[in-house]
Amino acid sequence: MVHQVLFIVFGLICVAGAINLLVQRHPISSALSLVVVMASLALIYLLLGAEFVAAIQVIVYAGAIMVLFVFVIMLLNAGAEERTRGSRMALIVGVPGVIILAGTVGWMLVSGSGRLGGVNLVGPSSFGETHAIARLLFKEFLLPFEITSVLILIAIMGAVVLGKREN
Amino acid sequence: MDTKTFIIAAVIKIALVVFIMLTGVAYTTWLERKLIGRIQNRWGPTRVGPFGLLQPLADGVKFILKEDLLPDYVHKGLFILAPMLALVMSLISIAVIPFGETITIAGHTTALQISGITHAGGGISDINIGLLIILGVTSIGVYGVALAGWSSNSKYSLLGSLRASAQMISYELALGLSLVGILLLSGTLSLREIVFSQSGNWVLGGHDTHVPHWFIFPQIVGFFIYLLAAYAETNRIPFDMPEAETELVAGYHTEYSSMKFAMFFMAEYVNMFTVACLATLLFFGGWHGPHLGFLPPIGQALLPVVYFAAKVFFFIFLYIWIRGTLPRFRYDQLMAFGWKFLLPLAIANIIVTSLIVAWGA
Repeated sequence: MVHQVLFIVFGLICVAGAINLLVQRHPISSALSLVVVMASLALIYLLLGAEFVAAIQVIVYAGAIMVLFVFVIMLLNAGAEERTRGSRMALIVGVPGVIILAGTVGWMLVSGSGRLGGVNLVGPSSFGETHAIARLLFKEFLLPFEITSVLILIAIMGAVVLGKREN
Repeated sequence: MDTKTFIIAAVIKIALVVFIMLTGVAYTTWLERKLIGRIQNRWGPTRVGPFGLLQPLADGVKFILKEDLLPDYVHKGLFILAPMLALVMSLISIAVIPFGETITIAGHTTALQISGITHAGGGISDINIGLLIILGVTSIGVYGVALAGWSSNSKYSLLGSLRASAQMISYELALGLSLVGILLLSGTLSLREIVFSQSGNWVLGGHDTHVPHWFIFPQIVGFFIYLLAAYAETNRIPFDMPEAETELVAGYHTEYSSMKFAMFFMAEYVNMFTVACLATLLFFGGWHGPHLGFLPPIGQALLPVVYFAAKVFFFIFLYIWIRGTLPRFRYDQLMAFGWKFLLPLAIANIIVTSLIVAWGA
């Protein structure tokens, strides 16, 4: 019972933060709304029993990446953005696209609710424990994991090269 | 333990720990002024009460009674939110720190830790990602400093908070990596379990060496990386770039007054306590110490807490001693030191430790 209530509360906070992110005009307010979204996502992970993922979500996304976002916004001293009345392309292509996408995803979830499998919200689960995740990362998915880290390293080196180029 | 007892015990523990922590913070400021005074051949505070012992109370009254200024052109919401965020985040990390093993009062056994839970069978457990929670909460605390500088709408504040966020992100890496050696040796992220894995003495080749089984001995490199990175994380001398008063007036809290300034001040000192507690728990065996058989039972029960407090006091003393001794780094030196020296050293420490652990297994 408590779990369901908490899930709904954090889910609502998450969605509210996401909407606020789009509505706010100042970049700092948008960035802080994104922090709220990430923090509430971390709490939902915690409710699912994935404590390690929750902690990493807070440390990496809310604590490191978003701090860098805020840092850059502060450094560039970005002001409030201007409003436009929207383009016609968005109206003609965007709105129907969003409706079709939302409809498809919703229909998939409703029709496939029996096949998709689920997670027990109340009872203890062990799929998110530190040991379980370590075993998955370093045994089953070792190669993809290492390749991803090499990919990120290449991206960092690319950023350094682009940043240092003189012209 | 039923729900009612659990809630009562938790509320009592929270009230007690917050009271002790804030009193400790107040008297650390007294100790700092006194010690720095002696180091610089002065007396420090002497006027209010014997040895100036009531000085923290006078300071507290002064902070509450001062005018709470809200400068023009500040971002009002964030300006008020920032000090609260800094203080709340620094206080939350205390919740997962174990101060001792257990204590039994009127038949109820409870862990000396806010987040410790007594099971129906009498077993005690705590949050099994305690260390990650401290790291996560500290990384959220950066927002307090960053937003304070930005929302103040003042160039000194902004420069201070830019320096602070850059410095904290850079040193967080070295800080996190310096603790990996401990995790490799203990095999757990729970602070309670890490302390338990440090009981007894080191055994070398079948001989009891009479050296306590503390992780400082195999992880001395990790310990120094942790200490340096933690000093930078808490913005203390020699890494107090964000509030360098000769360059930036007071850094990120230039525009703050009254209790809002006091909140930043308290947050800094609570963070110092967190760093000291973590160093004690991870490297110096937590509440472990020599067994003293001649003490009465009440003394025996409180001895672990006394050991813990003594070790924490040592680290607080070290903070103040270093403040009285070392000058401030230059900003480029600080960044180069963090990225080009501490980070590679921490990675080398992890590689060597994991090789030794793998060889032993």
